[in-house]
Amino acid sequence: MNATSASAGAPVESSWEELVTVALLGTERRTPPAWAAGREVPVAVLDAAAVATLRRRAGMRPGRAAARPEPAAPDPRRPLPPAAAHRLAVLLADRPGTGAGRRGTAPDLMELLPQWLALANAHGFAAPAETLPALLDAARGRTDLRPAALAFAGPRALWLARLNPDWRFALRSLPGGGAALPGPDEPGRTEQLWQEGLFAERVALLTALRARRPATARELLATTWGTERAEDRLMFLDSLRSGLGPADEPFLERALTDRSRNVRATAAELLSALPGSALAARMAARAGSCVAVDRTRGTPSIVVEAPHECDASMERDGVVPKAPAGRGERSWWLGQLVEAAPLGTWPRRLGGRTPDEIVALPVTDDWRNELHAAWSRAAVRQRDPGWSRALLGAPSAPEAGGPGAVSLAERSKLLATLGPAERAEWVAGFIDTHGLSEAFQLLGVCAVPWAGPLGRAVVDALDIARDAGSYPWSFSGVMGLAERCLDPLEAGRLDALTAITDETENTAPGAGGYWAEAFQRLVTTLRLRAKMTAELTVPDP
Amino acid sequence: MTQQGVRWTADQVLALAPDTASRRAGSKLGTAGPWSETGSSDEGTLWGLCRGSGSTPYQTVIDIADSTGPAYTCSCPSRKFPCKHTLGLLLLWAGGEGTVPRGPVPDWAGRWTEGRRERAAANRTTGGASGTASPADPEAARRRAERRAARITAGAGELERRLADLLRGGLAAAEQAGYGMWEETAARMVDAQAPGLATRVRELGAIPASGPGWPVRLLEECALLHLLDQGWLRRESLPDGLAATVRSRVGLTGSAGGPPLRDRWLVLAQYDTADSRLTTRRIWLYGAESGRTVRVLSYGPAGRAPELTLPVGLAFEAEVSAYPGTGRLRAALGERFTLPAPTRTRPPGVSTLRAATRYGEALRDDPWLDACPVTLSRVIPTPDGDTWQLADAEGDSALPLTPSALSGPGLWRLAALSGGAPVTVFGECGHRGFAPLTAWPEGTGEAVRLC
Repeated sequence: MNATSASAGAPVESSWEELVTVALLGTERRTPPAWAAGREVPVAVLDAAAVATLRRRAGMRPGRAAARPEPAAPDPRRPLPPAAAHRLAVLLADRPGTGAGRRGTAPDLMELLPQWLALANAHGFAAPAETLPALLDAARGRTDLRPAALAFAGPRALWLARLNPDWRFALRSLPGGGAALPGPDEPGRTEQLWQEGLFAERVALLTALRARRPATARELLATTWGTERAEDRLMFLDSLRSGLGPADEPFLERALTDRSRNVRATAAELLSALPGSALAARMAARAGSCVAVDRTRGTPSIVVEAPHECDASMERDGVVPKAPAGRGERSWWLGQLVEAAPLGTWPRRLGGRTPDEIVALPVTDDWRNELHAAWSRAAVRQRDPGWSRALLGAPSAPEAGGPGAVSLAERSKLLATLGPAERAEWVAGFIDTHGLSEAFQLLGVCAVPWAGPLGRAVVDALDIARDAGSYPWSFSGVMGLAERCLDPLEAGRLDALTAITDETENTAPGAGGYWAEAFQRLVTTLRLRAKMTAELTVPDP
Repeated sequence: MTQQGVRWTADQVLALAPDTASRRAGSKLGTAGPWSETGSSDEGTLWGLCRGSGSTPYQTVIDIADSTGPAYTCSCPSRKFPCKHTLGLLLLWAGGEGTVPRGPVPDWAGRWTEGRRERAAANRTTGGASGTASPADPEAARRRAERRAARITAGAGELERRLADLLRGGLAAAEQAGYGMWEETAARMVDAQAPGLATRVRELGAIPASGPGWPVRLLEECALLHLLDQGWLRRESLPDGLAATVRSRVGLTGSAGGPPLRDRWLVLAQYDTADSRLTTRRIWLYGAESGRTVRVLSYGPAGRAPELTLPVGLAFEAEVSAYPGTGRLRAALGERFTLPAPTRTRPPGVSTLRAATRYGEALRDDPWLDACPVTLSRVIPTPDGDTWQLADAEGDSALPLTPSALSGPGLWRLAALSGGAPVTVFGECGHRGFAPLTAWPEGTGEAVRLC
C-alpha cells in the first residue's frame, strides 16, 4: 500500500521524515526551531506524530498490481463426491510425526492414503483445489506416494509447484518432468532440449520419448552418443530398458565395444534379455558347451564343466572376468553365461526335457545350487513363467522354506513373473506349510487385494501364532500388510478373532489382549477401506 | 430445531481441535471401528461409546444444538478440550448417513444434556442478574467506578510522562533499554486497572526487535498511545461514541447493551490467538439481511480452546447485540434460533481501492483500529517478489498481504483455490496490509478456511 505523503497541513508544520528523525535522536538533542515555544516539546512531537500517523493510515491507497500469474491449466476431471472429499481431508490430517506410542485399535490412516489415491485416480476424479498444499506436502515427505499423489493433484499442483520452492520436486518427478517437456509434435524443441538441456532434463526427455516412441528415442540418443561422457552414456542407455525390442539390437551391439566397461555390461545385459539377439545366441553356445546330460549313470544326471578361461570375446559380451572375493573364478564365469543364455537353449541341449524335468535332474559335483540360481536369474530377466514355475517347485516342499538352491529373495522375483492368481495360490500354499515368519517378502509381490485363499491362509496363520502364545508385534509386519492388502470382504469373518482369549500357561502375559486389539484394528481398517471404496465408486455422470 | 442438512465438513470439525496432536488423534478415531452404541437425536444430541485402552469404554456426548454453541462431555481423563473422542464422534457423524443412526437418547447421554439445558435456561431467565441489569447497590457501584476511573487517570498521567521522557531521550535509546523497561511500565498500567493500556505498552516493547523500519513503527504506536491517554484524560469533551471507544480501548469493558439484531448470520471466519494465560477466539459474522459484519469474542484458559465454535461457511439465525463504541464491531451473541447449516450466501465484495477507503473511514470512529473486516471480490492472489498481493482482476490496483499472512499455510490454500483466476476473499484490511481469512472460488463453490 502507498501512504499519501503528509502534505503541509494546518497545525503541524513538519514532515513525517523530520518527525521520525527528531524522535529517534530525542528532543534534547534536536529541537525543530519552528516549533511553538511554551509547549512541552516532546508532547508537541507526539501530538504531531499522532496526527501524521492517522493521516498516513487514513490516506492509504492500494499499490500497483504486479504481473498476474499465468492461470493454471484447466482440470477436466470430475469433482470428488462430498463423502470422498471428507475422507481425503481426514486422511491428510493424519500426518506423521505428530503422535507416537502404541498403535491401539485405530487404523493407520497415512497407510491408507496410497490406496485411496490409486482408487481416486482409477475413477478419474480431480483433487479439490484447497487440498493441493497438503497433498504436495505429503508427496514431498514420502517418495513412494509421489506418482499417485501428483497424478491426482493434477495440473494445478504443477502450477503451484512453480511458485513454491518447497514443491519443486513435483516439477522433476512428474513422468517426463511435466509440462516443460516438448510434445511429440515439436521435433524442433525436442532437438534443442536434447542439445542444450541440463543432464536431468535430457534424461527426463529421453525417458518420456522412449515411453511413447521407442525408435525415435533411440535415434535421438544415437545422434550424440559418441560425444557423451561415460557416466551419462550409462544413464541414457538405461532408458532403453523400457520398450526394449529386437530393433534395438544393432545399437546395443555397437555399445558392446564401448570404452566404458559399465556401459558394455549394461548393453550385454539388455541384449541377453532379447532371446533372438546374436549375443544371446553366442551366450547359448558358450553356456551349452558347459552343461550336458550324462546318460552313463543309473539315473540320468547333469554334468557341468565350467569354463576354464574368460576370453576376450566373452569379456566383450559383458562377462565380468574378475570374481568377487570368496568366489571361484570358474563358477563365476559359468553363472554369468547361464544367466545370459536364452532359456530356450536348455530343452534342446538336454534331451528334449521340459523345464520341470530339467530342474528335477540331479546335478553332479555340487554344481546344483550354482546352476539353479543362474537359471532363476535368467527366468526373471527373460520373464519366463514356465521356468519360474519349475524353479519355484511345490510351495509345500520342505526346502521351499529353508535354505535351498533358490533363496526367498529369488523366489519372490520368480513369483513376480507368474499371473496374480497363480502367485497368490503359491504363497498361500507356502504359508500353510511354513508359517508366516518367512513369508513376508513373498507377500510383498502378491496382487492387492489378496485373493481369497491367500487372505485366509494369512489369517489362519495369525490365529495359530496367537494360539501358540506369542506377542502380536512379532508379526507386526504381516499384520500391517494384512491391513492394507486383505480383501475388505473378509472383515466379517474376522469378527470372531477380536474377542480376548483366555490365557493359558504357555501364553505370554497380556498377549491375549494385545492380539484382540491387533485383530480389532485389522477389522476396523478393512471396514474403513470398504467404506473408502464405496465413497469413490459413484457411477459416471 | 432439527438436524436437517446440518452436517459439517471434515475441515470444520478438525478446526475445533485444540492442537495438531488432537487433530491427528481425532481423525484416527473418526472411523466406526472403536465406536459402539452411537446415535443421534432430532434435538441435536450425538452420543457414542469409544473403546480405549481400559476395560470400560468412554462415554462421549455432544450437544450440537445448544443455544450457546456445541457443547461436549466425555468420560475420558484427557484435559484437552474438545478431546479426541469428541472430535472422532463429530467426524463420524459428519462423514455421512448411517454411521450415527437416529435413535432414542440413552439415559447416560440424556442426563447430561438435560442438566445442561436446564442450567442454560435458568441462566437466560435470570440472565440479567450477573450482567446488564442494575446492580443491587447503585451508589456503591458508582463509587467503585469513580475510584477505578481515578486510578486509570493516574496511570494515564504516568504513561504520558514516560512517553515524554522517551521522546526527550530519543527512540534510539529505547533499543538499548530493552524489554524490561516496557514490562515494568506495563505492570504499572495493570496496577492502574487499565489492561488496554498495559497490552499496548507491552506491544511497544516488541517493536525494536521487529526488523527494519522499527523506529517508524515505534513512533506511530507511541503517538497513538499518547492519543489514547489524551482521549481518556479529556473523555468528558468527546462525542459519546468516541468516548465509549476510548473507554473500551483503555480496558473498561462495557456490556453488550445495544438493541438485539436478529438476522441470518453467515460465519465468515474463526481463528484463535493465544498468550500464556488466555486463548482468544475471534469470530466474524455477516448478517445476510442487515448487511452488517460483527465480531464475537470467546475466551478459554491457556491451552484449551474456547467453548464457542461456529464452523466457517455455515449460517444460522440468531440475535446479536453490539458493545458500546461507535467504531467497534464487537457484539455479543444472544439467542440462537437455528443450528448452523450450509448456505449459498456469500458476503458482497468490493474492490481493493474501496477496501482501503473503508479502513480510512473506520479510523474516524476508532483511530486505534489496526484493520477492518472487508470482503474483496474478483481479486487474484499474485506473487510480488518475496511477498504476495491481492490484485484486482480488472484494473491495476493491489493490496499487499500482511507479513503474518505470508508465513501460514493459508496463503497456499488461497493460491491453490485461485489457480490464477479471480476469487472472493474475506479478511482484515489495515495499515499492515490485508490478512486473508476465508475465500470462495469462482462460481458456486463452498467457503475455504485460510486461518
